[in-house]
Amino acid sequence: MQRLLNWIDDRFPLSALWKSQVSEYYAPKNFNFWYYFGSLALFVLVMQFVTGIFLTMSYKPDATKAFESIEYIMRDVSGGWLIRYMHSTGASAFFLVVYLHMFRALLYGSYRKPRELLWIVGCFIYLALMAEAFFGYLLPWGQMSYWGAQVIVNLFSAVPIIGDDLGTWIRGDYTISDVTLNRFFAFHVAAVPLVLLMLVVVHLMALHEVGSNNPDGIEIKDRLDPTTGHPVDGIPFHPYYTVKDLVGVVVFLVVFSIVVFFWPDAGGYFIEANNFIPADPLKTPEHIAPVWYFTPYYAMLRAVPSFLNSQFWGVLVMGLAVVILFFLPWLDRGKVKSIRYRGFIYKAWLAAFALSFLVLGYLGTVPVTVWGQFGSMMGAADRATVVARVFTTVYFLFFILMPWYTARDKTKPVPDRLT
Amino acid sequence: MNALLKLLGIILVAASGCASASEAGLRLEPAPAQRLDVESLQRGARNFVNYCQSCHGAQYMRYNRLTDLELTEAQIRDNLMFATDKIGSTMTAAMSKADATAWFGGPPPDLSVEARVRGKDWLYSYLIGFYRDEKSATGWNNLVFPSVAMPHVLWGLAGPHKLVETEYEDEEKAEAAAIAVKGLAISEPLAGGKWVVKTVAQDTPGKMSPIEYKTFVADLVNFLDYTAEPVRNDRINIGIVVLIYLGLLFAFVYALKRSYWKDIH
Repeated sequence: MQRLLNWIDDRFPLSALWKSQVSEYYAPKNFNFWYYFGSLALFVLVMQFVTGIFLTMSYKPDATKAFESIEYIMRDVSGGWLIRYMHSTGASAFFLVVYLHMFRALLYGSYRKPRELLWIVGCFIYLALMAEAFFGYLLPWGQMSYWGAQVIVNLFSAVPIIGDDLGTWIRGDYTISDVTLNRFFAFHVAAVPLVLLMLVVVHLMALHEVGSNNPDGIEIKDRLDPTTGHPVDGIPFHPYYTVKDLVGVVVFLVVFSIVVFFWPDAGGYFIEANNFIPADPLKTPEHIAPVWYFTPYYAMLRAVPSFLNSQFWGVLVMGLAVVILFFLPWLDRGKVKSIRYRGFIYKAWLAAFALSFLVLGYLGTVPVTVWGQFGSMMGAADRATVVARVFTTVYFLFFILMPWYTARDKTKPVPDRLT
Repeated sequence: MNALLKLLGIILVAASGCASASEAGLRLEPAPAQRLDVESLQRGARNFVNYCQSCHGAQYMRYNRLTDLELTEAQIRDNLMFATDKIGSTMTAAMSKADATAWFGGPPPDLSVEARVRGKDWLYSYLIGFYRDEKSATGWNNLVFPSVAMPHVLWGLAGPHKLVETEYEDEEKAEAAAIAVKGLAISEPLAGGKWVVKTVAQDTPGKMSPIEYKTFVADLVNFLDYTAEPVRNDRINIGIVVLIYLGLLFAFVYALKRSYWKDIH
């Protein structure tokens, strides 16, 4: 065995890679609950790849056969239902895990110097994930697939001047059609997964270059053990975090299995009832809502009024809501990284931001009339629209005012060592 | 942090409390359909092939899959297959699409996954919600699906029903009355702030007693709920085993983590 390893090591840096990336990659010893979601995201990614590959074996990307082939998978393919539910639940699980992973970065300032690139690569992963989810959602070719895709492609059509051509270019047709289905399939199973995988590798490389942040937001590399040269507050990723993350994976699988086996539709949030009706270009469903992970942005889109005869402003706001994430490392001027040592102002803003995201997420799932209308004093506006406008504003103010309030915030002294 | 989370929770609960709807309220009658009641499912299959399948298909459902319902292939062949003699065929409708379009303006929906679109309570309420309406093309109308194109195929069994409308002063009283029906009811606003509660009641008896008819419909809905996801019972049973396994695995990996981490302080 050792001779085989030596033979490989002479030709490929296998042991060296294992050492530098895993067994001698020193991570802070105080990771808490929030630090499970990185490894979980990787786990879900692999699961989506594997279940996705099995799904492509029986799925037919053809407008006349796609819907039928899903039912074929659900009924006639052995274990097909399990693979399909794992994949559909996996999509939601991916976003849930990634949202928690991103929130962790906000809590502990993981995007701050020297981790700016790590954060930016992460934002690109999030973008790729959104594209992947969007392309994949068309494939079952149900009513929600079809009209959801219609709505999202129309967002691009709202771009001034080039919009119409852009829409046609994306669809490959004047409406969502068989051509669109085929190209979305190509993007979903080949192009975007490749990009995603590449970005994840880059994300991990960047992480291992700068080292992991931790709930105290201090650099463990600043205090090395003089004899070993390793950080005194660091422990090797393997075996410590491999066994710890394994616990995380099993707990995740418990929650995941409860959904897959007992509640695969998740009350219409993971699989919508309307998606059991085959796509019909002639019948628009009464209520089109995207899947839950896009609803905060959808609520923003609906909240922005049209201006100068153009709906483009809503699209612009929605796009900016994602793009603004990229600038986070330079917007934050706080003296400390972790929420543990930040003052009240940052905590309040972060809470307001999280609340906005949740409320907008809820409002995106329901019709704008859900809370009724204000009286004639307020122009009889839909209450939900007004609330969505307020929270959209809060969402943006969290970022726009950040340079000001983070610099002004009263921070607590940061300890030298991990607590 | 915890205080913030609590605040967040309070705001969310308050926000959801604001939600109130002052529009028409449809109260469905819950379907007394039990997914584990095999006899009910068998009767439902019989009801489906005898009363529905001339017009509606279940084109993703194979006849031999009905062995799930503890039927032998011979029983399926003898009692449930009228449209084909191949046990591996799917349960397509007897009526052709061309005829359907000529007679009803379009093919009736395939019912394979209808229960996942509508829900079983909707289907149950729909099938007990037909009433006589001289103004409609078919002579029938439906409380759950107004102006539906489908005629009341089961009227001979149920006996013709009529629409019962009761007016109330305001929404609150109407809502209370609709709840008191303990069954299918719909409350709608009228002009001038008044509200009306609509229900259906039997006009003349049919071949079945009201209870027999509701059982007939419940069996049928149970079967449709099954065809929408034939694997459901297996899925739930496997899920229980998976959770037990994961519970054991958790104990093992947690002990493993504890033993590795005992020296880390």
